[in-house]
Amino acid sequence: MSTEGLWRSSAAALAARVRAGDVSAVDAAESGWAGPAKLWEADVHAVAHTDAATRRANAESTSRAGALAGVPVLIKDNLCTTEFPTTCCSRILAGYRSPFDATVVRRLREAGAVIVGKANMDEFAMGSSTEYSCYGPTRNPHDVSRVPGGSSGGAAAAVAYGLVPVALGSDTGGSVRQPAAFCGVLGLKPTYGRFSRYGLVAFGSSLDQVGVFARHVEDVALTYAALAGPDPFDATMRLGAAPDVGRFDSGVEGLRFGWPAGLWAAGVDPGIVEALERSATSLERAGANRVPLEFMPGEYGVAAYYLVATAEASSNLARFDGVRYGFRHPGADDVLSMHAKTRSEGFGAEVRRRILLGTYALSSGYYEAYYLKAQRARTRIREEYAQAFSRCDALLMPTTPTLPFRIGEKSEDPLAMYLSDIFTIGANLAGIPGLSVPAGLGAGDLPIGVQLLGPEDSEPNLLRLARALEAGGDRARMGREHETEVAWPSRR
Amino acid sequence: MSIPREEVLRVAALARIEIPVDEVDLVASQLSGILDFAAQLDRLDLGSGEPLAFAPEAAAARPDAADGRQLAPGQATDAAPESEDGHFLVPPVVEHLNP
Repeated sequence: MSTEGLWRSSAAALAARVRAGDVSAVDAAESGWAGPAKLWEADVHAVAHTDAATRRANAESTSRAGALAGVPVLIKDNLCTTEFPTTCCSRILAGYRSPFDATVVRRLREAGAVIVGKANMDEFAMGSSTEYSCYGPTRNPHDVSRVPGGSSGGAAAAVAYGLVPVALGSDTGGSVRQPAAFCGVLGLKPTYGRFSRYGLVAFGSSLDQVGVFARHVEDVALTYAALAGPDPFDATMRLGAAPDVGRFDSGVEGLRFGWPAGLWAAGVDPGIVEALERSATSLERAGANRVPLEFMPGEYGVAAYYLVATAEASSNLARFDGVRYGFRHPGADDVLSMHAKTRSEGFGAEVRRRILLGTYALSSGYYEAYYLKAQRARTRIREEYAQAFSRCDALLMPTTPTLPFRIGEKSEDPLAMYLSDIFTIGANLAGIPGLSVPAGLGAGDLPIGVQLLGPEDSEPNLLRLARALEAGGDRARMGREHETEVAWPSRR
Repeated sequence: MSIPREEVLRVAALARIEIPVDEVDLVASQLSGILDFAAQLDRLDLGSGEPLAFAPEAAAARPDAADGRQLAPGQATDAAPESEDGHFLVPPVVEHLNP
């Protein structure tokens, strides 16, 4: 049977063919490299580490029985894998290889998935454009003069152009959902504590979550089911079993979605506002009910986030000092100057800036004015979401205020870059799940994403709503037997 | 607000980061801009809310033994820039110990 065009398949369809013996795991895992990678990868630069021999060895040794049998998965470079380097796209971790797999990587392997490499990212997940990688930027496959979003931009771009049907990223303030929106794919940040963080290189520990990129809602559900669940190696996991997401195609009749239109009354691209209205209309056609409500402006979340996240980062990144991993500056003759020279040369400018900001916010004399106040604001923001969810099952809002911006457009203005996460940061502060769903193309044929947010453990409802959007609100097409159309990037 | 140069250098020393002399003003200006933005939290009614230290309601205690996985000393030092016999090697911490 022909294996040409396998890369277009959903993960669910690909795994079914591998389980049936119709396609080999090697052909399934290599399909993206044999096809679209030749056309796109040199320009897009989604991948930080891979090699053909390791991919083949992984495919040959994988199980043919799992839910993700033979499905190639690209992993963000801040998740530990034993066979590929784990460098967080930072010079300070140059050449580092982890002696263990992250729990999520281990669970992917147990489900039959084939790890095919590591995705490019902003250094230590600090960025919104994937321009701050020590390996150079990733570009948006829909327009290579523009950013793919970040920090998980390599993973998002790879799924968008067809290299893999599923990729893992991490989301500390929107780093899965924002690049998903910019690249026209789905991006899920689960409830805090549902996916293990063991083996995820820590940035902001109370905010970090591993997330999923895919082109189909069913593939997000399959991956969620494979990864969610307790792990004794992560003390922050939620107790009890993860919710069942298997009925994502059961419709949205009677579900209520909140409509905080005041959030996009100003400062949001008009094409995104139109896409939101189209999405709301689709959900209503499918039987869901719109609940207009007011919501706190996103600027407060950004302000609190950049104090909390940088404070946690300044502590977490203290371990990178030239002693245990990667790069060490060769020109120091005592240990303190070795630490300082290694960190100054090993970290890029944005990481250094955030460490300094976090150290300032935690330092004597400023702790109460900044860090403590930000943590109190976080409580207030969490209460705001709880109030909203007392009136609705999920919120519908933009994922981003703008379409993908140009490479270099915001790289010299940190605050402008931070504000591109204005709609995504709240979910991390509150620990709730968020899902960015493709909502068509805007000006210049650039992708638009709309975001669904729900209370803790509401992933089943978010996926039902996303499936309704995927089917354009047509109840007759919501069943999983109906393949959905994908807006592949066209070569420009 | 504007963070003075001396304050930037003090924080950099705490963070073990060297800032080139000709970049101190730029770093001070960028940090000041971000902190000015963060100051809008002063306008938010925080009531008597406690600081949120952690999002989840219940965190599981990590069992001491988990499932028995642990790193051998040699594995832990494999990735170090310099190591010897399972120990990390660093430049001198204390010098001139002779009386």
